[in-house]
Amino acid sequence: MRILVCVKRVPAPGAKIVLTPDAQDIDASLLGFAISPHEECAVEEAVRIVEREGGSVTVLTLGPPEAEEQLRAAVAVGATSMVLLPSDIPDWDPVSTSAALVSAIARLEEEQGEPFGLVMFGNESADSGGFQVGIRAARSLGRPMVTGIKGIDAEGDSIAARRETPSGWELYRLPLPAVVGVKEGINLPRYPTLKGRMAARRAPVETMEPVAGSSGQSKVMLMTPPDAGSAVEILGEGPEAVPAIVDIMESLGLV
Amino acid sequence: MSFLYLVEHDRGRIDETTLGGITGARILAESLGAELHAVVIGAGAASAAGGLDAYGAEQVHLVSHPLLTDYGPDAWGESLFQLAGSVGAGAVIATGTDRGNEVMAQVGARADLAMVANCLEIEPDGDDWLMTRVRWGGSLHERARLSAPVKLVTLAPHSTEAAATGQPAAGTVAEFTPELGESDTVTMVVDRVTVSEGITLATAPVVVSGGRGVGSAEAFDIIEELAGLLGGAVGCSRVVTNNGWKNHKFQVGQTGTVVAPDLYVACGISGAIQHWVGMMNAKNVLAINIDRDAPMVTKADWAVIADLHQVVPAISAEITRRRTLAAESG
Repeated sequence: MRILVCVKRVPAPGAKIVLTPDAQDIDASLLGFAISPHEECAVEEAVRIVEREGGSVTVLTLGPPEAEEQLRAAVAVGATSMVLLPSDIPDWDPVSTSAALVSAIARLEEEQGEPFGLVMFGNESADSGGFQVGIRAARSLGRPMVTGIKGIDAEGDSIAARRETPSGWELYRLPLPAVVGVKEGINLPRYPTLKGRMAARRAPVETMEPVAGSSGQSKVMLMTPPDAGSAVEILGEGPEAVPAIVDIMESLGLV
Repeated sequence: MSFLYLVEHDRGRIDETTLGGITGARILAESLGAELHAVVIGAGAASAAGGLDAYGAEQVHLVSHPLLTDYGPDAWGESLFQLAGSVGAGAVIATGTDRGNEVMAQVGARADLAMVANCLEIEPDGDDWLMTRVRWGGSLHERARLSAPVKLVTLAPHSTEAAATGQPAAGTVAEFTPELGESDTVTMVVDRVTVSEGITLATAPVVVSGGRGVGSAEAFDIIEELAGLLGGAVGCSRVVTNNGWKNHKFQVGQTGTVVAPDLYVACGISGAIQHWVGMMNAKNVLAINIDRDAPMVTKADWAVIADLHQVVPAISAEITRRRTLAAESG
């Protein structure tokens, strides 16, 4: 299957986020960057499907020129080709992001003479969390889309996709070509091998000018949430604290 | 002017975030002089619609169609889009759950309008709305402006406590039948697998969660024992799932499950920001950690600075001892 995965460069999860003085962006000077976690799993899933079924995995990103790092990271774990839509504008809104990706996908499909069987997105980006770029893209492409996917089985000209619910799984069956939004947990992404890294370093990056759009949503500023400021009560430094702990549980009606 | 609020339900069973969500939507509608209407779509709608007037729904739209047999993002999104057009809604609101965000994005794609996800606060600014919304799962907030003829937003889950109004609203019921075709049902749920009917991580009143400090898959036995005694669910941090000690479905955090229990017991969890945002709405937090300076310890309500491998089994033993005593004296 020919698969395209859209990824986003974001500060590595767990990093302490500090804002720039004008509160328009995060201070990236001390941060490491990574592929947004859901999308890292999407890349892994695409590579696994292609290892089983044959085909190719193209990774596509809209981002600063440095996002090439994340594309190469995807190639290092098995993606076959990469496309960068370079832009110095930070924070494209979801409507514009989707428009730029759709226009690139349409161009790639025209060049290659056939559609991607599966286009994959992360469920939401770790940083801006708009929860919609993939859905808008699928609508523009005229393809079915389901988000929150934690399991994919290729079944000829369709896929079976599973979404986790609090009590189990919902199953969807989408005819190809289709689009899915993947969630972390669908797999455990592999680490790149040395050979993979070497190959990624030499692989060519295709670049295309992103097509900008606009919508009614705009960022005014970023803010660090107020600290909860709870004054922790230390109950003890060993098992002698246990009666106090169980007293608290009792007061909450749990014992 | 009317604002529509999408009631999330699964074949008639209302989602736990819905009453808080409709409360937030009602407060917003009131502040902008709009009437709040609740929308309940598809199979089971009538049973999910009961009692919404107590939370301020002036009107309940029951959306039905022979093809609306189950949940599907296209079918629900198309139905909500058509209803919003038919009543001339000024805003369409849902709670920012998996389904809420998904359906609202479908509405946004159809209307070709912006959709702003996971808002915490909204205020008008002329015809625009200014909102504070969640980024990074809640570790960062964004001030955003929305200029659109119809405002499409989701409210961050757990951002408003459910509160019935003193006086129930009119609660009149209107039926709506959208025009749907087979193409709208391609993305419908075709089957389900039920794994557990019991306590779920997302809704458990108590979550006992383990992190790197637990040390191994086997050592989770003591976490499970305590969770079982407290009638709670087991959770874990991202390190634990990345190490393969626990399945991802146990992961609490930005990329896992977001929980808001009465008590969250964090065992050997340092409290990195992506974990914290997944449990910061817990009413009470107890941290068990050997590191006094761990963020989880400093942010908790109570902490024990000790090895969880000693403390957790001792808590279980003490609970059992007290219960046995109570049973004997009772």
